[in-house]
Amino acid sequence: MSDTAPPTAAVAVSRPRVNPVTKLFAPIPATVALLLTLDWVSAATALACGLLLLGATGLLNRSAWLRSVPVLIGAPLTGLSMVLYGAPSGTTYWRFGLIHVTEGSVEIGIATCLRVLAIALPAVILFLSIDPTDLADGLAQIVRLPARFVLGALAALRMLSLFADDWRQLELARRARGVADRGRVKRFFGQALALLVLSIRRGSKLSTAMEARGFGSDVRRTWARESSLGGADFVVAILALLVGVIIVSVSVATGSWNVVVGA
Amino acid sequence: MLGRPGAASPAAVSIRDWGWRHAVRTAWAVRHLDLSIAPGERVLLLGPSGAGKSTLIHALAGVLGGDDEGEQEGELLVDGDPPARVRGRSGLVLQDPDSQVILARVGDEVAFGCENIGVPRAEIWHRVRAALHAVGLDLPLGHPTSRLSGGQKQRLALAGVLAMRPGLLLLDEPTANLDPAGVAEVRDAVGRVLDQTGATLVVIEHRVSVWLPLIDRVIVLAPGGGILADGSPEAVLADRGSELAEAGVWVPGRAPQVAPARSIRASGRTLLHASELSVSRQQGVPVQTGLTFSVRERETMAITGPNGAGKSTLALAIAGLLRPEAGSLRAADILRQGAAPEPWSWRSRELLTRIGTVFQDPEHQFLASTVRAELEVGPRALGLPPAETRARIDDVLARLRLTALARANPFTLSGGEKRRLSVATALVTRPRLLVLDEPTFGQDARTWAELVTLLSELREAGTSIVAVSHDREFVDALADDVMELHPVRPVTLAEAGT
Repeated sequence: MSDTAPPTAAVAVSRPRVNPVTKLFAPIPATVALLLTLDWVSAATALACGLLLLGATGLLNRSAWLRSVPVLIGAPLTGLSMVLYGAPSGTTYWRFGLIHVTEGSVEIGIATCLRVLAIALPAVILFLSIDPTDLADGLAQIVRLPARFVLGALAALRMLSLFADDWRQLELARRARGVADRGRVKRFFGQALALLVLSIRRGSKLSTAMEARGFGSDVRRTWARESSLGGADFVVAILALLVGVIIVSVSVATGSWNVVVGA
Repeated sequence: MLGRPGAASPAAVSIRDWGWRHAVRTAWAVRHLDLSIAPGERVLLLGPSGAGKSTLIHALAGVLGGDDEGEQEGELLVDGDPPARVRGRSGLVLQDPDSQVILARVGDEVAFGCENIGVPRAEIWHRVRAALHAVGLDLPLGHPTSRLSGGQKQRLALAGVLAMRPGLLLLDEPTANLDPAGVAEVRDAVGRVLDQTGATLVVIEHRVSVWLPLIDRVIVLAPGGGILADGSPEAVLADRGSELAEAGVWVPGRAPQVAPARSIRASGRTLLHASELSVSRQQGVPVQTGLTFSVRERETMAITGPNGAGKSTLALAIAGLLRPEAGSLRAADILRQGAAPEPWSWRSRELLTRIGTVFQDPEHQFLASTVRAELEVGPRALGLPPAETRARIDDVLARLRLTALARANPFTLSGGEKRRLSVATALVTRPRLLVLDEPTFGQDARTWAELVTLLSELREAGTSIVAVSHDREFVDALADDVMELHPVRPVTLAEAGT
């Protein structure tokens, strides 16, 4: 880094403006605030702030919504279970066996649904916008996690993408071998075991390939892609902290702050 | 600067009474080896399977591992140092294109080795560009590695090694899994690199003709340890040609001996007819459309064409494993034997006696923990009586030279043995039609000849065969019909015999 970078290095690969490490840590203040209290006002505030900021940065696109479908379905379901089985208080609306729907349980249900959305939605959408290689660069160079660990995990992650193809191939092969008519559950576990065996074998080949390129030697490693924090990261960090402060303030000001710690 | 991967002085190899034994084995993989390779020499390393070629090349790359991986004796030095101490002095390219791509982007992949050996950042990107240029991969640095063909992946691996500026280039069957175009791509890239860098080369490959234009020395390892032959390619191939061919090496001018050409012409009765057939792996994304053809009794149809033309997908559809995207694929009465007309709608068990499939990667289709148990899977699904099952398995084991391995674990077999077992699993239920995907990929000359002989015997006995293959010699030896597929734009078949 002492000498001036050649022009080729500058255009090598476009670097993300906001460091992935920042994105990874950005939801933390809001999450901590929401973990401290159990009320719907704080959750709604967090969700509103989250959607506003994500929308402003253009991350709330169609594919982000599509990929958060599990969260969008899971959150109301979690809320519903609280409505049906949550601690009863206030007016009883309906009672059937263990199910006990009350004023209190409905409130907890709504708060829970909002909390799950407020915590999971921004985290999922931010995480999906992160490139794994860039994140690995950041975790190693900024967070200073050990390079072996970070790069090993990165290589393993890339191998995961081959899983779907392998699984399909194993499925076809089982049909061809005449064993795909019965025993669905047993076959599933057998196939999962076969997938595991295949991955371990592939993993050991991959680690040889990595070693052959000097990975794990005693030489001090350099990084081809510099991962650093800049102005954009500072702005994101301030905004993230601000969201945390807003959540607590709104909740306390409206008198809904309801600390769960130790409860 | 561009196009000059940079001068690293060629490395010398010196091996004195060297041996290596894997921790879990009792026998030495290599023993009592004495060998010197001068800087800049280009060596083809030959020997029967089990002679320790791979072990030696891994040792030269410094990736055999430490004391917990195995036991070493004697001395093996690259430029006077143990290879593990001078990582980057030698660079290794392995056989399987898919298991040596580490990162998601082309540029990062090439930079990986440089980072590991501590090359300064500013220098890395110069090297990356030069290395990619040298192997002829002029792609954007951000190009996804997952979208490369097999030949491109191998050239990428070569570039990744090259960027480390090794004095010793080590290639372990780098073209065994590639189609002919990919083989030429990689070989030519290696040739350019050697001309530019003058690096020392050691390459393992049993298809000798691929590397003959580049090499100036052939070393043949002996199975028990030591060296069988060492000298110029002409001298070694002339003196030891028949011995090498016997051991499974493809010696130029000594084609593997196979059974004589077919004696019966195709009878012509149709087993399977496809009309305007479209095939896909993913619903809505057909890789071939509008195919019309017939698979006939006692005939061998070869499906050829470049990578990505949809050959395997078509084969899986013919095998009744994938549902056609459009058009029809129907079995005639002689193949159906009472089952529904469309093979994809058959039950898994109904396929066994009708259509057998041999996958490209045998490991995908192994289900059991011993060779014999593997062969029992099909007969058990059919409900055959135990005596019949035993008789059939003994017969198949003997025919495919697997009898001695009946109790071995399928995953521990050699590449050739795995291939023979995967064919055996299909044969044991006696299907009318046998579908094979690249049956000769990466096989040595001996296994190749056995497969060709076996398949032609099967055909004589009445089995129909559909085989996907890049292998010119295989197609010439067996095919009655050749269907050549081209990517994207489908093309009708060329019916050779009719």
